Amino acid sequence: MPLLHVKNMTHYFGGLRAVHNYNLGIEPGQIMGLIGPNGAGKTTIFNLITGIYSPTEGNILLDGNNIIGLQPYQIAAMGLGRTFQNLQLWRHMTVLEHVKMARYSKITYGLIGAFFGTPKRHREEAEIEERAYSLLELVGVQHLAGQIVTNLPYGALRRVEMARALATEPKVLFLDEPTAGMNPEELIQMMQIIRGVHKELGLAIFLIEHRMKFVMELCHYVQTLVFGKVIAEGTPDEIQNNPKVIEAYLGKETVT
Amino acid sequence: MLPGTILYILLIYILPIGIIAKLGASVANKAAAQLLNFPMWVSVIIHLGLLYATLHIWSDINAYRVLILRLTLVAIMLTVSLNVINGYMGEFSCSHPGFMALGAYVTSVFTVFLFVDDKVFGDALLQPTLGPFLFPIALIFGGIVAALGALIVAIPSFRTRGDYLAIISLAFTFIVKSLIENLEFVGGPRGLGSQPDWANLPTVFIWTILCIWIINNFVRSTLGKALNAVRDDEMAANAMTVNTRNTKMTAFLFSAFWAGVAGGLFAHVLRYVNPGTFSLQKLAEVLAMVYFGGLNSVIGSMVGAVGFNLLSEALRPLEIYKWIIIPVMLILVMIFRPTGLIAFKELDIKSIIKPKQKDEKVEIEHAVASR
Repeated sequence: MPLLHVKNMTHYFGGLRAVHNYNLGIEPGQIMGLIGPNGAGKTTIFNLITGIYSPTEGNILLDGNNIIGLQPYQIAAMGLGRTFQNLQLWRHMTVLEHVKMARYSKITYGLIGAFFGTPKRHREEAEIEERAYSLLELVGVQHLAGQIVTNLPYGALRRVEMARALATEPKVLFLDEPTAGMNPEELIQMMQIIRGVHKELGLAIFLIEHRMKFVMELCHYVQTLVFGKVIAEGTPDEIQNNPKVIEAYLGKETVT
Repeated sequence: MLPGTILYILLIYILPIGIIAKLGASVANKAAAQLLNFPMWVSVIIHLGLLYATLHIWSDINAYRVLILRLTLVAIMLTVSLNVINGYMGEFSCSHPGFMALGAYVTSVFTVFLFVDDKVFGDALLQPTLGPFLFPIALIFGGIVAALGALIVAIPSFRTRGDYLAIISLAFTFIVKSLIENLEFVGGPRGLGSQPDWANLPTVFIWTILCIWIINNFVRSTLGKALNAVRDDEMAANAMTVNTRNTKMTAFLFSAFWAGVAGGLFAHVLRYVNPGTFSLQKLAEVLAMVYFGGLNSVIGSMVGAVGFNLLSEALRPLEIYKWIIIPVMLILVMIFRPTGLIAFKELDIKSIIKPKQKDEKVEIEHAVASR
């Protein structure tokens, strides 16, 4: 039984079929890649699984529990963390506050603690803070903890988003184009971070990516999505040489 | 007229305060440094005690000062609580006068019914000596009714983001006002009077401190910070396990509760309320204080409320021109500091009560030199 299991998921936006009969099984500790041309529906699949949209048809099971119809925050609390394609950070908050915020569902001091500053709250906040620092260290931005995010460079923001997603204690981590807009050097650093996170926390990762090098090096298994349909899946090597994938990306070779 | 007013303010207030502050600074800093040896709450209580003593002595001169001071404290409560919605949560709520009216009337009915011989409500049911002890309960009751009113606003308006809250909450204010105008047993448009005189300076002071303390605790906790997350990016907040709807509802009810308590105190400070008080003018006043002082900041709201009230008192000799100068100042603030005077700044009690940095450095230098 896979950790995250999507069965025959189909989604329509009005009359437009965005995702057609999509199947996915992610095992614990597996790194799964999702590639495809722009507009293929990759981010839509992310949004469907994380509960932002509700699929028209199909089943999604996380750890054996059906998560269709749940709110995104409930799904996130069940162990599905994510990052966003175009950074969605809170522009007035510091890096540390970002990571602490992602512990929201684990807070037990309640409103009484929040209103009256009980010792329990101080204890818990200190615990959360300690954890947040260790996650920031894991992604290598602990020195920026006190900064407001709008002052930070792009590469650091990607890492902050990653640390924030990790703070929700995910079983499966969804990364939506983690290297978008990065230069080659930052790309290599990001790859190391993902490897480090994967090794350290042993979680399953599901990532959308455009850069083949990145996908080929990291992923254990890759799906190729074109117009909402998976046209090929397999190990990175198989995908790389699959004529259908080449066609989708580069077009058909015309024989003259 | 204008130069005379400025000169008066300068001579009577600013100059003496400046001189005393200058002379007292080093002594005060040394005293504050001594207080660091005690637990923080001791230090806080001593500071508050001194603050209260100052206010008490200053206001003891005449009844007018006491009245203004109490109304200013009530204004602080209103402003800080509205800032939770308009600043921290980033929604635009116009219902604060409505919540205030609910609090004011419920508390007044409670106290008048139980403790005062009244034409409408009959004889006092309980001994008036019990009154001051039951007054907090009356206030909390008023706050809870205001929070229930907030629930009515919150349920339809927090389904989606946007201008809905502004519209619904504005409607709510008018509904409450006309409801009270048509309730004959609370006097209708004539208003309700003869509240007992329990909202004296210490009572109002304690409630204000309590309000600031609790709100400040809330907005600095991770649960309270969730409001900022919802404001800046609701989708991301949702994906990071934040229950956005609950967060918004809680904050809205919480804010309304304090508006209700402030309304109850307001009614007992003036010892008379009428529905006309809680209309657009009150709304404009509260909003002006929030935006003048600074969004997303408890200390900013305190500065806003005190500053606005002081300004309108200080400029009183200008008579009608006051209402030209104050709006112009508001416009200037909006142009040069669009988020208010002190926005996005936390009220850090530790940094307020500790001795000021400058002297610390001097002391360290002395210590180094004496070695």
